[in-house]
Amino acid sequence: MFYNDAKMTRIYLDNNATTIVDPLVRQAMEPFFCEQYGNPNSLHQFGTEVHPALRTSMNRLYAGINASDKDDVIVNGCATEGNNTVLKGVWFDQIRGGTKDHIVTTSVEHPCVGNTARFLQTLGAKVTFLPVNHDGRVEADAVRDAITPRTALVSVMWANNETGILFPVREIAEVCRDAGVLFHTDAVQAIGKVKVDVAEVPVDFLTFSAHKFHGPKGAGGLFVRRGLRLPPLLHGGEQMGNKRAGTVNVANFVGMGLAMELAVSNLPYEDKEVRRLRDRLEDGLLSLKDTMVVGRRELRAPNTVFLSVRGVEGEALLWDLNKAGIAASTGSACASESLEASPIISAIGAGPELSHTGIRLSLSRFTTQDEVDETVRVFRKAVERLRAISSAY
Amino acid sequence: MGKDDLIGGALWEFYSKKVSERMDNPRNRGEITEAQAAGLGGKLVVADHGAEACGDAVRLYWVVDAGTNIIKAAKFKSFGCGTAIASSDMMAELCTGRTVDEASKITNLEVEKALRDTPDAPAVPPQKMHCSVMAYDVIKKAVALYKGVDLASLETETIVCECGRVSLGTVKETIRLNDLKTVEDITHYTKAGGFCKSCVAPGGHEKRRHYLVDILRETRAEMAKERMRAGAGSDDFATMTSVRKMKAVEKVLDEAVRGMLAADGGDVELVDLKDTPEGVEIYISYHGACRGCPSAGAGTLAAIEGVLKQKLSHPIKVVPV
Repeated sequence: MFYNDAKMTRIYLDNNATTIVDPLVRQAMEPFFCEQYGNPNSLHQFGTEVHPALRTSMNRLYAGINASDKDDVIVNGCATEGNNTVLKGVWFDQIRGGTKDHIVTTSVEHPCVGNTARFLQTLGAKVTFLPVNHDGRVEADAVRDAITPRTALVSVMWANNETGILFPVREIAEVCRDAGVLFHTDAVQAIGKVKVDVAEVPVDFLTFSAHKFHGPKGAGGLFVRRGLRLPPLLHGGEQMGNKRAGTVNVANFVGMGLAMELAVSNLPYEDKEVRRLRDRLEDGLLSLKDTMVVGRRELRAPNTVFLSVRGVEGEALLWDLNKAGIAASTGSACASESLEASPIISAIGAGPELSHTGIRLSLSRFTTQDEVDETVRVFRKAVERLRAISSAY
Repeated sequence: MGKDDLIGGALWEFYSKKVSERMDNPRNRGEITEAQAAGLGGKLVVADHGAEACGDAVRLYWVVDAGTNIIKAAKFKSFGCGTAIASSDMMAELCTGRTVDEASKITNLEVEKALRDTPDAPAVPPQKMHCSVMAYDVIKKAVALYKGVDLASLETETIVCECGRVSLGTVKETIRLNDLKTVEDITHYTKAGGFCKSCVAPGGHEKRRHYLVDILRETRAEMAKERMRAGAGSDDFATMTSVRKMKAVEKVLDEAVRGMLAADGGDVELVDLKDTPEGVEIYISYHGACRGCPSAGAGTLAAIEGVLKQKLSHPIKVVPV
């Protein structure tokens, strides 16, 4: 250990990848493993005794995104499942039959949207991948221009996982509504970071994952506005009103409901305190020479900073941070599938030489100021060390 | 695919201790100035390879004794991940004390072996072998610079899989010799495509000049063509197409049978032939004096069959129709 720290610190700044389960959430899930383990679709008391907790959880999910009781919030396995359900469902319902053939999305979606769209291309769908502009965003005008009479669906993320940049989903949703085109948003990075209100933003489909907001892994939600048809991805039993088959994961369902309630009730804290810590971290890192942050602060979720450090390869920096117990992330690991420059780094006008220097730090409401300050200290040492080795600095 | 491939993220935990140590504390990291090189009594060579835009870049410094061509000192600087830094560090160490020609023979495989903790355990996981290739390429550049020759003149063969240093020739030959039908087979036989997988198909880690999918398709197409040509040009009756079999039979009938029959005022017509599990059945019809001749179903028939068998070296049954 070259840092010679007296005690090993462990600081988690990779909350856009996954988060710690809130201890309150775990506590709420606990009874549903060995005590109330019944299948909620059974008629006996083992089945029915879990219903109150499921109803409470459902109420919390609906309240969390301000859905109407006439809408569906289908509880499923994860946002990947929800996004697959939306894209493939629209394909089955509209594109397969030939009425429409076109999907509009962005070049910076999570792979569970991007790769699903690419799969649908092999089945004959036409897909437009809109590039991001110099702000790292896709504007509503670009969506309007991409829509044709044959467009079945627009899918644009609410907040970008890599940069935290918020997309103008409200304007895009209105453009889609005016054009009579279905609109889906992957809100996986938005819940618990910014207000997500489906009464205010006229989305047709919205997806999220519990583990991004201190809930358990393996639980997600799919909002479907009332009256819309969407064939299920998983066929089988009659769970979730025949819209998502598979035995209900009761503990996860309960955990996600509480996690949603806590995420929403903590939004003011997120907006004020997490933002303050993120800004403190960002200012500390930017005090290093030749560093650059992607995306204007006011356009970003309050917890994310995506930083380019000239002359330092991202994975090498991760290595040094990890040695000091700090977890961060990089968009373009040197062993990742593709060496193509990060579309966001090139879109904001940074040179290609910076495309492998990106590192993402993402905070949560569990992050402390001491952790932020320690991270800046370690980061500084790591950058100094790696720049001394670097042939590019 | 299989059990080992289903849980992702397993990269750093498979690094050898040596890789980890050299990432943390590279021993040969740094620069060498002209003055330092002169102080050591040698010529300074500075070679660059890679680019930040590609995610990997390395600069190699050598001090070479102009009389003996021995590398007296080597240092490096690297923009890259842990494997890139550790392998550059080991590469610089392996250069030191060797002649330039000896150093030019160092490959990324040798660097990787030197980074192993035990002889049988790879120093880095397969996806990371790619990052050690840089250490090989930069040596070649330094050699070219020192000798004042074109880099291309040092390339003796076309490499398809840079991680495993498998050449185009080897891949093609292995496909041919073992009649390989899938890319997985190629990887199994040659190791090509078993590391960063860039060379398997377009769209991988980085762009390549040659891809295994193309080589396989082209080589198999060549093999099929050759087989066809072999069939067409060969005198082996067994592999001939039906049309050529008919011609070959006609030729034998003309040269060795019809003359004999004509002496008795008869003739024979080739009607058809077909391949059977036992060989080839040839259908003939008699004309002239042969028609109705008792021998046509016995001695003459046996004679015709015997001639055809002998001339065409194949099991043949002749059937009068």
